Amino acid sequence: MSYFFEYRGITKTYPGVKALEDVSFGVRRGAVHGLMGENGAGKSTLIRILSGDQQANAGAILIDGAEQKFASVRDASDNGVMVVHQELQLVPDLTVAENLCLGRFPSRAGFVSRRRMIADVQAVLDDYGINVDAGARVSALPLGARQMVEVAKAAMVKARVIALDEPTSSLSSRESEVLFRMIARLKAQGTVILYVSHRMDEIFQLCDSMTVLRDGRLAAHHDSLEGVTRAQIVSEMVGREISDIWNWRARPLGEERLVVDGLAGAKLSIPGSFTARKGEILGFFGLIGAGRSELMRLIYGADPARTGRVMLEGDSYTATDPRQSIRRGIAYCSEDRKHDGILNGRSVEENITISARRLWSKGGFLRPGREAEVAEEQIRQLRVRTPSRFQDIANLSGGNQQKVILGRWLAEAGLRVLIVDEPTRGIDVGAKSEIYDLLYKLAEQGMTILVVSSELPEVMGICDRVLVMCQHRISAEFTRDTFSEQALLAAALPDGQNHSTAA
Amino acid sequence: MTSTLKKLLLGEQGLLVIFAIALVLVSVFVPNFLSTRNVIGLLQAVVTVGLVACSMMLCLATRDFDLSVGSTVAFTGMMAVMVTNATGSIPLGILGAIAAGAAVGMVNGIIIAKIGINALITTLATMQLVRGFGLIISDGRAVGVKEPAFYNIALSNVFGIPTPIIVLAVAFLVFGIVLNRTVFGRNTLAIGGNPDAARLAGVKVVRTRVTIFAIQGVMAAIAGVLLASRITSGQPNAATGLELSAISACVLGGVSLAGGRATMTGVMVGVMILGIAENVMNLLNIQAFYQYVVRGVILLFAVLLDNLRTSSGIRR
Ligand SMILES: Nc1ncnc2c1ncn2[C@@H]1O[C@H](COP(=O)(O)OP(=O)(O)OP(=O)(O)O)[C@@H](O)[C@H]1O
Ligand SMILES: [Mg+2]
Repeated sequence: MSYFFEYRGITKTYPGVKALEDVSFGVRRGAVHGLMGENGAGKSTLIRILSGDQQANAGAILIDGAEQKFASVRDASDNGVMVVHQELQLVPDLTVAENLCLGRFPSRAGFVSRRRMIADVQAVLDDYGINVDAGARVSALPLGARQMVEVAKAAMVKARVIALDEPTSSLSSRESEVLFRMIARLKAQGTVILYVSHRMDEIFQLCDSMTVLRDGRLAAHHDSLEGVTRAQIVSEMVGREISDIWNWRARPLGEERLVVDGLAGAKLSIPGSFTARKGEILGFFGLIGAGRSELMRLIYGADPARTGRVMLEGDSYTATDPRQSIRRGIAYCSEDRKHDGILNGRSVEENITISARRLWSKGGFLRPGREAEVAEEQIRQLRVRTPSRFQDIANLSGGNQQKVILGRWLAEAGLRVLIVDEPTRGIDVGAKSEIYDLLYKLAEQGMTILVVSSELPEVMGICDRVLVMCQHRISAEFTRDTFSEQALLAAALPDGQNHSTAA
Repeated sequence: MTSTLKKLLLGEQGLLVIFAIALVLVSVFVPNFLSTRNVIGLLQAVVTVGLVACSMMLCLATRDFDLSVGSTVAFTGMMAVMVTNATGSIPLGILGAIAAGAAVGMVNGIIIAKIGINALITTLATMQLVRGFGLIISDGRAVGVKEPAFYNIALSNVFGIPTPIIVLAVAFLVFGIVLNRTVFGRNTLAIGGNPDAARLAGVKVVRTRVTIFAIQGVMAAIAGVLLASRITSGQPNAATGLELSAISACVLGGVSLAGGRATMTGVMVGVMILGIAENVMNLLNIQAFYQYVVRGVILLFAVLLDNLRTSSGIRR
């Protein structure tokens, strides 16, 4: 068999971590190749080596039979390799058009023509069906839109190999469809696509072949997906069987705990109200930009609320300061861990204890013993893959960073409401079901949990009740007996589009 | 062999290793370097920059910057002398200096952290403002001390060690504890690591940053008083360029300008490297003009080393 693209014997070590060991596999021309594995299995590392951003300690990359040596990202892209990393790399202060043209601005006599650039890029975006304004600043776009723009950037240059590292992690199913059409077109042009994802559905829908990594080693290679089952891949990934990842069980719910009514901040207002009960897991489903994250940020005070009320067990207030919210017993885990989750350059331990340490520190002094104990407990409970609690969080894999941020809030005491925005974004199946179990356990102890998720199966799998949001309002409410995929999706779509999809 | 050497130089303690090697070389090859007199002179020479570097470390750790420290040292030294002269009381003079320093720091902090103006621009402005105030209140001339006991602040000693050196040692100790053992220190580093994340995790970001600037002002005032005492007068033009020396010392000591990374031992080593370089050049009678060149080379070297370290191992 002749492969167009090949990894041969790739080995990569970091101080204290063997990230990849002798990984070899190949992909045929015009094939979409899935790459799966647990958090920290080495998927992103493999992609980073392809992108020229990191160098392997041993091994080679072959494209069309020729060995490639990429000394830098520029070098790789000049040789037709484009990579969309797990953590997005767009420049927030530039416009979408500028980001897409970075390094190759269309110019006339050395002057960049803004108008032409925006028009060109808009044409490309429209062509791919990406609903984004080319003249908009990237910082003003929701995370999902940014992810689409990043993929469009890779598609714009004629690449021979494109690697996408969890491209759909912050896309809803509808937006993912747009991405899949893009992939199909690239594939038809003969491009090799490496596709990293934790979503099994996508792998089966998109991929022609796939590789499973475990602990930095090749666990399985499937040249065709025919006859391969999900259960088989899961056990190749985690080395054990997982029967039901949702594992939801009915729980008795307590009295009404949280009432949210008509919150508005500086940027937008979300009319309407909702309540949540003690021990309830309340889901928020919707398309990107529906206002779910904004609503959560207003409840928490991450963006200060101007008007509207939050009522927590009879105590009514307008949240303006996260610190206050934490003291009241509300915690918020944001969707964008890179932007406002992880503390760069600081250890796993510090990232876990930053908030909870006020519970044990005395007179402003730390208690190192207690800090260590709490950090170790969370690392163990969440199975964070790290050489030690002293490791810089920036060196952890994406999914493991997510676990650490969850651990930050699990270390808190006396929490009454936990808000999690895309809690399993970038988390592998095994860890996912562990996190769900954890959420159930917290709910059983009486915690009210608000879950924002763009993954329909997740929302339906773990929530007791779901509110659907559409264009900044709550458009529908479902309980477990009224859940259905069609109904939730229909409620998420704005009126105009509702009919076209139903037809 | 080469790989262990590389590991040693590029590891966590790389700077310390290089410092130790340099120290041994200098002790062996430079005559008189290890004499008690020279060592004490060396330490006295780094007191001003050392004190300011302590608080500059916190400032840089939160991704901030302070260019106004040199002016503040001169201004507060002047305040100390003038208030002492006017009231006849040295404690009042010192208090006046510290109040003035804290005020400058608070103003910096409020403009930068509360209003959100860029730290570089803000402190560039206050640097000139404060230098101007110092010149105005002194009419541009040195102001002599009328109270002879004022000299004693710098001249006195404890067990034979001059008071300023003791003060510096205490500052190193206190800031080391603050950085590593207190919630305040950890919050400082967390803000530098990611200000948005720190805020969402309940850290009082604005207040912490303003406090750091205020501390910076107080440290500059302490340095200002000691300096005025040593030179027996308030000099409106004292300590020019001090801000750059202090930042150099921090960077040499591995403090990241991108925030989130700082150690007290690193900064101590940074201060000592600068001090020793100057001292050795004086002992060897090297013309002052060359000293600038050498300092520039040392700083570049340190930054390159740091760059090498980051790219060889950990990302960013
Ligand atoms: N710069 C680094 N320094 C030290 N260790 C690193 C570094 N980058 C990655 N690692 C480690 O290498 C291993 C593989 O990481 P990688 O990011 O490739 O995982 P992944 O398969 O992409 O996981 P995820 O699904 O969570 O994104 C992890 O154990 C991680 O902690
Ligand atoms: Mg990854």
